[in-house]
Amino acid sequence: MRWLALAGLSLVALALAVVLGPAHVAFADLGRSPIVRELRIPRALLGFVVGGSLAVSGASLQALMRNPLADPFLLGLSGGAGLGAVAALALHLGGPWAVPLAAFIGALVALALVFRLGLIGGAELDPRVLLLGGVAVGAFAGAVMTAIISVSEAAQLRNAFLWLWGGLSGASWDTLLVLCLYVPVPLLVLVASARPLDVLALGEEPARYLGADVTALKRRVYLAASLLTAAAVAVSGVIGFVGLMVPHLCRGVWGQRHRALLPASFLGGGALLVLADTAARVAVAPRELPVGIVTALIGVPLFALLLRRWTAT
Amino acid sequence: MDRDLILALRDVSARYPGAARDALTGVSLDVRAGDFLAVLGPNGSGKTTLVRMALGLLVPATGTAEVLGRPAAAWPRRDLARVAGVVSQREENLFPQRVRETVLLGRYPHLSVWGGERAEDHVAVARALERSDATALADRWIWTLSGGEYQRVRLARALAQEPRVLVLDEPTASLDLRHEMELFELVRDLVDAHGLAAVVVTHHVNLAARFADRVLLLDDGRPAASGPPTDVLTRATVERVFAWPVAIEPFDGRPQMIPLRKPLP
Repeated sequence: MRWLALAGLSLVALALAVVLGPAHVAFADLGRSPIVRELRIPRALLGFVVGGSLAVSGASLQALMRNPLADPFLLGLSGGAGLGAVAALALHLGGPWAVPLAAFIGALVALALVFRLGLIGGAELDPRVLLLGGVAVGAFAGAVMTAIISVSEAAQLRNAFLWLWGGLSGASWDTLLVLCLYVPVPLLVLVASARPLDVLALGEEPARYLGADVTALKRRVYLAASLLTAAAVAVSGVIGFVGLMVPHLCRGVWGQRHRALLPASFLGGGALLVLADTAARVAVAPRELPVGIVTALIGVPLFALLLRRWTAT
Repeated sequence: MDRDLILALRDVSARYPGAARDALTGVSLDVRAGDFLAVLGPNGSGKTTLVRMALGLLVPATGTAEVLGRPAAAWPRRDLARVAGVVSQREENLFPQRVRETVLLGRYPHLSVWGGERAEDHVAVARALERSDATALADRWIWTLSGGEYQRVRLARALAQEPRVLVLDEPTASLDLRHEMELFELVRDLVDAHGLAAVVVTHHVNLAARFADRVLLLDDGRPAASGPPTDVLTRATVERVFAWPVAIEPFDGRPQMIPLRKPLP
């Protein structure tokens, strides 16, 4: 029943994204319109995959960091990706792939740095050190990024600013194809780690006694979740709150077992981001809001509500 | 008939990185099927370190630690979790869970990566709940449990692993008299009725003396004495290790300790 409802919600979100938009397309023409075929459909699907990836990444990182406030950008990836994107914009790198590629490389550099910092105490990845390393790397990248923005021209500044709040306007069948070839690998790694993540919720030593290879698990989950986030941020900028909110909403309905939680988070995150993106396109048409603003506007009150319910129990 | 040797430590020593001295020195230990072994000692005497080493989380600096004849640290954790079920000193449940779900985590070492839980897993969970007298708690949220109930649930989770040895690290640290006694009776019963081996780490000298077949008394990482309770828990040994005057009286054929008054200077 709840799976049916979630599937229904996903389909409704996708349908709305195809039907609604700043340009009026008659219902009868939906099948033939190039606007629908070349813009709305790939954008809706891309939004779904990005939202789903962010939510799965967030759910996995919450379990790995043993911190309910963890989200995909906690570990410095947004800083690295932002720096890459802003650098590409400032250098006037051309082509549709310049900014996504630069953002992806920036995220990978941040990922590698934080991972290395996390191993500073030996072979064991320490979540607390990862967290501190993520904050440090993110702050450093943010400083460099702001330095670049502060010496750029006004037009670039606006572009950089908009990119940092996330958007799916770069969507095309090509980006969708690339993303669909990329995300299944980290997604499968995370779903395969679902059961040991359940065990890890008891703590590292109890998890070891229950038979989980915690050392390998932590590395695998950190790398897969971060690679997933790096791809999402590369094609859509920094979209906050999806990775934080959706897992918690799903925990409320599906419980804590990651075998159900991860797929539910994927569908829920996908549906939420597609709905948010539709709102971002329609709200101030013909202009467009960065979708990160919409997710924050929905997410913050929802989060306050969740916190209240949480502290009540 | 010689019973299976499950855990074996031979003259092990351990040192944590950066520590000035050894956490364990020259400790040996045999645990066979059907044994109830108590590990006693003051705070910081190396009891938990001993458990970590016996179960492969810590590699001995010298000596050997073996499980079923194979070096403990060389076991894949998953395989080892089918031999040894542990109730560790601490755990924190990050997210809310029901009792049945948390006991089901004990089936983890028996499940494949992609497959779901099978009927036999649910049977094992039901049996484990039954044996630890926790069946009535199955649908409760774990945060609603009392300390004694929670320990029984954790024991059920360890039993759901279907292990050959149970290792309990200070299982009754915060329990009242009845729950404490119930837990020890339960473990004694599991050993007698099902041929499990049990290693219970505790600082309750009297409970160890009442329930265990053998006692290992640790003092500052060294074995102070080891053997049947009557041999180990003599007045001289207990006073030396715990640094407090005591009287030892026999009760039910087992030594029981009564701490004496000693006004502080």
